Amino acid sequence: MIGGLFIYNHKGEVLISRVYRDDIGRNAVDAFRVNVIHARQQVRSPVTNIARTSFFHIKRSNIWLAAVTKQNVNAAMVFEFLHKMTDVMAAYFGKVTEENIKNNFVLIYEILDEILDFGYPQNTDTGILKTFITQQGVKSQTKEETSQITSQVTGQIGWRREGIKYRRNELFLDVLESVNLLMSPQGQVLSAHVAGRIVMKSYLSGMPECKFGINDKVLMESKGGKSGQDEGRGGYVKSTSGASSTKTSIAIDDCQFHQCVKLSKFETEHSISFIPPDGEFELMRYRTTKDISLPFRIIPLVREVGRQKMEVKIVVKSNFKPSLLAQKVEVRIPTPLNTSGVQVICMKGKAKYKASENAIVWKIKRMGGMKECQLSAEIELLNTNDKRKWTRPPISMNFEVPFAPSGFKVRYLKVFEPKLNYSDHDVIKWVRYIGRSGLYETRC
Amino acid sequence: MTDSKYFTTTKKGEIFELKAELNSDKKEKKKEAVKKVIASMTVGKDVSALFPDVVNCMQTDNLELKKLVYLYLMNYAKSQPDMAIMAVNTFVKDCEDSNPLIRALAVRTMGCIRVDKITEYLCEPLRKCLKDEDPYVRKTAAVCVAKLHDINAQLVEDQGFLDLLRDLLSDSNPMVVANAVAAISEIMDASPNAASVLEMNSGTINKLLTALNECTEWGQVFILDSISNYTPKDEREAQSICERVTPRLAHANAAVVLSAVKVVMKLMEMLDTGGDYVTSLVKKLAPPLVTLLSAEPEIQYVALRNINLIVQKRSEILKNEMKVFFVKYNDPIYVKLEKLDIMIRLTSQSNIAQVLAELKEYATEVDVDFVRKSVRAIGRCAIKVEPAAERCVSTLLDLIQTKVNYVVQEAIVVIKDIFRKYPNKYESIIATLCENLDTLDEPEARASMIWIIGEYAERIDNADELLESFLEGFQDENTQVQLQLLTAIVKLFLKRPTDTQELVQQVLSLSTQDSDNPDLRDRGYIYWRLLSTDPAAAKEVVLAEKPLISEETDLIEPTLLDELICHISSLASVYHKPPNAFVEGRGGLRKVLPPKSEQAEGLVEELGAQEPTAAPPQPTVIPGADSLIGDLLDMDMGSGPSMMQQQMYPAQPAAPTPAGGSGGMDIFGEGLDNLLGGGSTGGDMLGGLGDIFGMPQTQSYVPPQEVWLPASKGKGLEITGTFARKNNQINMELTFTNKAMQPMSGFAVQFNKNSFGLMPAQVINIRTPLPPNQSASTSLPLNTQGPIQKMEPLTILQVAIKNNIDVFYMSTHVPLHVLFMEDGEMDKKIFLATWKDIPSPNEVQYTINNVPHNADTVSSKLRNNNVFTIAKRNVEGQDMLYQSLKLTNGIWILAELKIQPSNPSFVLSLKARAVDVYEAVKQVYENILHN
Repeated sequence: MIGGLFIYNHKGEVLISRVYRDDIGRNAVDAFRVNVIHARQQVRSPVTNIARTSFFHIKRSNIWLAAVTKQNVNAAMVFEFLHKMTDVMAAYFGKVTEENIKNNFVLIYEILDEILDFGYPQNTDTGILKTFITQQGVKSQTKEETSQITSQVTGQIGWRREGIKYRRNELFLDVLESVNLLMSPQGQVLSAHVAGRIVMKSYLSGMPECKFGINDKVLMESKGGKSGQDEGRGGYVKSTSGASSTKTSIAIDDCQFHQCVKLSKFETEHSISFIPPDGEFELMRYRTTKDISLPFRIIPLVREVGRQKMEVKIVVKSNFKPSLLAQKVEVRIPTPLNTSGVQVICMKGKAKYKASENAIVWKIKRMGGMKECQLSAEIELLNTNDKRKWTRPPISMNFEVPFAPSGFKVRYLKVFEPKLNYSDHDVIKWVRYIGRSGLYETRC
Repeated sequence: MTDSKYFTTTKKGEIFELKAELNSDKKEKKKEAVKKVIASMTVGKDVSALFPDVVNCMQTDNLELKKLVYLYLMNYAKSQPDMAIMAVNTFVKDCEDSNPLIRALAVRTMGCIRVDKITEYLCEPLRKCLKDEDPYVRKTAAVCVAKLHDINAQLVEDQGFLDLLRDLLSDSNPMVVANAVAAISEIMDASPNAASVLEMNSGTINKLLTALNECTEWGQVFILDSISNYTPKDEREAQSICERVTPRLAHANAAVVLSAVKVVMKLMEMLDTGGDYVTSLVKKLAPPLVTLLSAEPEIQYVALRNINLIVQKRSEILKNEMKVFFVKYNDPIYVKLEKLDIMIRLTSQSNIAQVLAELKEYATEVDVDFVRKSVRAIGRCAIKVEPAAERCVSTLLDLIQTKVNYVVQEAIVVIKDIFRKYPNKYESIIATLCENLDTLDEPEARASMIWIIGEYAERIDNADELLESFLEGFQDENTQVQLQLLTAIVKLFLKRPTDTQELVQQVLSLSTQDSDNPDLRDRGYIYWRLLSTDPAAAKEVVLAEKPLISEETDLIEPTLLDELICHISSLASVYHKPPNAFVEGRGGLRKVLPPKSEQAEGLVEELGAQEPTAAPPQPTVIPGADSLIGDLLDMDMGSGPSMMQQQMYPAQPAAPTPAGGSGGMDIFGEGLDNLLGGGSTGGDMLGGLGDIFGMPQTQSYVPPQEVWLPASKGKGLEITGTFARKNNQINMELTFTNKAMQPMSGFAVQFNKNSFGLMPAQVINIRTPLPPNQSASTSLPLNTQGPIQKMEPLTILQVAIKNNIDVFYMSTHVPLHVLFMEDGEMDKKIFLATWKDIPSPNEVQYTINNVPHNADTVSSKLRNNNVFTIAKRNVEGQDMLYQSLKLTNGIWILAELKIQPSNPSFVLSLKARAVDVYEAVKQVYENILHN
């Protein structure tokens, strides 16, 4: 298991060092600094073995987090833990920076003591941790309070405490999708997938049981048509889904759930049921690769005119319902390193050559569906004796659209709280769909 | 005021000031001071001097302050054991506190203080805490058992903590169960004799599977990892476990997913391969594996390393998922390189077009390593998918046209392989290759180019000029280039004997006379002899048909692959090495996949009746670029000695045949004689060879038998015995002599606990009854899985012998060398690193007097006893031998043997982490060297 955990700043100075196992000596701290942080050649793996000691590291801006071990540990677990650790720190004191770490080092030690015992990860749920690691000094807890804390830390429902009360029972569902695309210059889709997340904000009293329904093919088929009528009840704010409104169900390649979802029930009964944590959490993640409606298409035309000039013409086409508006559209067109000047003309939005980024950045605030915009640029190049050809990185794009490009739809979310006197109908529910660009690239 | 100020104080007299503050009356000031101490500790300053002052702050009701003091204690208790005792009372008191958080904190911290005296006091509180009413305390106590076991395994066993821990598996609280599982797994790993108490059975597995649904993500990982160590009793049980584990594949935590994959991959071995259930499992595995590729890059990396293994084991799982392994422009480099590996593995005729387009794209990227690997991958595609070979070759040619130096070189290396796979098909491109001759500066590329020229010498008009141009700087070339050049020129000569005599003589003399590389010299001599005695035979040997090149590269050896599959998600799967290659100390059992269940086997047999068992033909593996030992005929890119043997072999029958007398012969006859000094040198040379190949002594040292039990003490039974190691097996050689008046029978042997866990591997096999005045000898095999207790001295073994008369006790010394393992040869680099790593106080020197041997005989003698000489160095006239050996319990011992010529006293330096073994090791050296 994890033998020790160190946090360094960018210079390699130790900010936090916590050793859990006897086989990890003080020299491990230095070994990592010398061999990884200060390594002459950039380290090319997140796992490094130095003198039979293995170091796992992740980097957050300029902070290094390293876990050390001499055993054959579960590597996926160590990395998951390191990421969770940064989440916990962020939840306590905001951004993980050197300043913040130094300001909170006592707190961090306290957290580390709690979430890692002898190198074994324990409960890392921030909601629960915050109930008893407070940095508020002594709080004389009553017996009931402490036993409530301990039962939550170890409990079956480790993510929610008893006795939550709201005057207004309300929940928000955000369907957040990121569309990823790699397209050839000729407009052939090389790969495309949607990575979706369902983020839920729940403000519900008691220990509510929720049932969640989506338009996944497998789930719908196994249920038959019987729950179709549930749609459209209560306070749904229904967002029209853009291009794919005709599709009734979609094929989800794979999905993953927050630990609150009863996985065995999902496997056997194909139903998503859970008792949600209080507040915001990520309920589900999914991935689709079939029938994705790509919101935009880029048609690039790059021509090298002699050795000192290049002509670029880019057409962006939007491909969704005309009534919808895309926002924050940005196209990034890479330019060669030896660019000396750029003239850009575009009909819509603003385009600028950014020398520091080696790219022309074209921003369009809003763009309706089924539209087309064009940009043309002339790039002047300096003479270089560099033999190597410029490798033409792909043109990338950012945007935000108000529908789910995968065609994903929420069909229902039912809430049952048998002990309290509110029913599914009394809960106010909100749904929102947002499609964002992930890696949305067209080669040119 | 923020806490960061604590990091800034560096003024003199700091410790003194802190001392004053720690003893202050004001609580706030105290706390501030402790914080400062912790900050100093973090940045590496020694604040151990403050120990008593800090410990004084321990008795407080302020939880935060208490935690800080505990943190300090954990760090420094070991250096101040006597002081640490002061803290015991507070710990014991805290374990009784009404607040469960404080009880847990106390028991958690106490376990981290590795001071013997404290562990004694820990037992009682720990016992209570394991039965505490509060689950938080119980889950903490469960881990504490593992901590205690790490400090003092015997204590844990004696105090019955193992049973208490096992009881926790039935706890009502899932987190307690999870931590208990984690602790049990660790304890079982560390000491095999705990296994008997903690062994998993179907009942406990059932409990674990129930807890699995309810515990935290981490707990699920512990449980799944532990289930993966269990072998179900039959196919049905395997399937039912699979059914209950597969829902975990949808968990958001990648570690849970991978651990579940591990369990399923392992259990699938037991299931009927053709069955529907396995088919459905295979289908279920792909999506979660693909999803892992959208996780954080570090997790992607772990996933990709594992997918690499999974694809080799069961390629059907991901065969349709090629696209997800396409490299993204801003993937970190370590992800890119791994994806590329998997892409090549998944390449098939159906997806080759896409793959090739991608690879071509990658070959224009910036990162040199990545580009090289991409170019290499194109070559692999050509070899793997025959119909695409042409397209691959033209892609490679395009790349060569870019003139980017490293791209060209890499392309030439792979084109060489393509030529081997498809001989006489693409030689039209040779002209293009030759254009780039002078840009090649890497040995591998040069060697490849030379090979191509030699292979197609008859079609390249100016082959002799080209090769001659390389010959100019022959002495400065890398060995593999030299070897290749030698072979290529000999080939050229055999193909065009008329105008290349001079060239071949030149290269032969360069390699035999002016080189100090034995491989090169030997090869030179062999070619020379071959050419001079029988050119026809030479032709047959040098221009022989080459074996086919295999399609797959860098395949992991199947038994290792199976072992790694059992380690999915762990570091071993990331390194692609078995755990004992990077984990110290623990012998640890090798994990193996479960055997196919009976039923499944029957089915295979039935199938086998209809058609020959469909065992896939094992492709010969092309070693990776860095381990190219070379394949035998003449592709010796890494100058392997193995090549020589192969070439010599067919040469032998040819040698006695008298010379055929072809054109090139005459000149050679003379030249050879001159150079070889009338053949006598040749004889010497062979003589030397004979010496080397002459049967070395392979006997390991067996000390003479000694009397262990004199007849006077054995009521007439006399036992003499010794220990020997034969075929990886420790044996106790015993001779029983009956000096009593009546026959003896009913012999049995038992060992006391001993340092190395020796115990009889079987019951003693001796002829009974043993009549009076007769002796019987037997050899009793031993294993090292018995209970361990450190003895003083280390090598003592107490043996009890029973017969029909009485029970007798005797004490013997185990000569340590029977415990030296066959795999005790350390890699050179690891040896160096380990030598440096072990602190110098651990080094001890001995002098061994009157050794009647020299360095070579010494190392072969030691070698026979599994002491491996890793390197030999001659420093100022004295020989230094660097040796490694490994004991059955996994302890490595490094040795340096200093031998001065004409001085029979050798100096032996030993280095190991466990210093207790030195005396015994030295004794072994004494015995072996004087034998």
